[in-house]
Amino acid sequence: MKRLVLAFALVAMPIATPAVADDSIEIHLKNHKFTPSVIRVKANKPSMIVLHNDDDSADEFDSAALKIEKVVPGRAQGNIRVRALAPGKYPFMGEFHAATAQGMVIAE
Amino acid sequence: MIAALIIVFREVIEAGLIVGIVLAATTGVPGRERAVGLGVLAGVLGACLVAAFAGELAGLFQGSGQEFFNAGILLLAVAMLTWHNVWMASHGREMARELKAAGHQVRTGERTLAALSIVVGVAVLREGSEVVLFLYGIAAQGGTSAAGMVAGGGLGLLAGALVSALMYFGLLTVPAGKLFQVTSWLITLLAAGMAAQAVLLLQNGGLLEVFTGTVWDTSWLVRDDSLTGKLLHTLVGYSEAPNGAQLIAYGATILAILVLMRLVNTPAARAKPA
Repeated sequence: MKRLVLAFALVAMPIATPAVADDSIEIHLKNHKFTPSVIRVKANKPSMIVLHNDDDSADEFDSAALKIEKVVPGRAQGNIRVRALAPGKYPFMGEFHAATAQGMVIAE
Repeated sequence: MIAALIIVFREVIEAGLIVGIVLAATTGVPGRERAVGLGVLAGVLGACLVAAFAGELAGLFQGSGQEFFNAGILLLAVAMLTWHNVWMASHGREMARELKAAGHQVRTGERTLAALSIVVGVAVLREGSEVVLFLYGIAAQGGTSAAGMVAGGGLGLLAGALVSALMYFGLLTVPAGKLFQVTSWLITLLAAGMAAQAVLLLQNGGLLEVFTGTVWDTSWLVRDDSLTGKLLHTLVGYSEAPNGAQLIAYGATILAILVLMRLVNTPAARAKPA
């Protein structure tokens, strides 16, 4: 499995896009709540959300509308690439604590 | 507790359906219980490892390690499923003959068992690591809700296993002569769906940025996050709004498997010593 990951590293290096774009959006997850919970992005342009998980436990940024499922471990951050979106509202949640961890991306 | 039940149920179903199809596809092959059991065991152990190193994994490759890791194991599963189908196409006749001779050692089944063992392993690994992370989070927090959550997780596991078992026994009602044909198609679609999912992960990881436009949207009919959507996603790779690259990967996988199966099944290929 490690070899597989390494193989991917070699493939990924030359063409991977820069780690964090200038227009990346920082959000925090604390006490299983997103701050800010409403994120505005430009429509028809890809964007990047950097999720800082300030809790001790892992959570999964989950959105069927955005087609994203990404685990972010506790006390860690995750880069979430959002594809170019048509104008509209795209709800997301922290799947492991869905009762409180709710948010929305608004493309406009 | 309900949340735990739903999460564990969902993940178990995704891995369990694959285990059910693999079991049905290897009906009558000796040693399959051991191979599948080893696959599940390795998957569970691997899932714990992946969960333990989730932080390191997520940090790899500019924060896209998880996507690339999952895409990698999906593509491995696609390769193994393809190999199984192609291998069965060339040995299917021989296998069917030997199956009739009851008690005969079906030696021919062993190689493809190894491939399917890997498929089972990576399926459990992928879904299991999320469950482990989730349950570990609950356990680490402690509190009064922990017991309820673990109970919910247990119920989810049982319910997921039950649905998977129903799938398996449903497949067994298919007449033996047709079973090989049915499981071949199931495995082909399973592989195609995994390839499409791998493409999505590579896109989310920022590695693949072609044909990302949505081609059609059937969310009005079956939603991805509904139970039906989840089942169809696992079985045939259903997506409510697939993009171009996903459809290409889906079609290409089916085409590649069918062409390879046809190639090895020609009389010329069969005449050669195995």
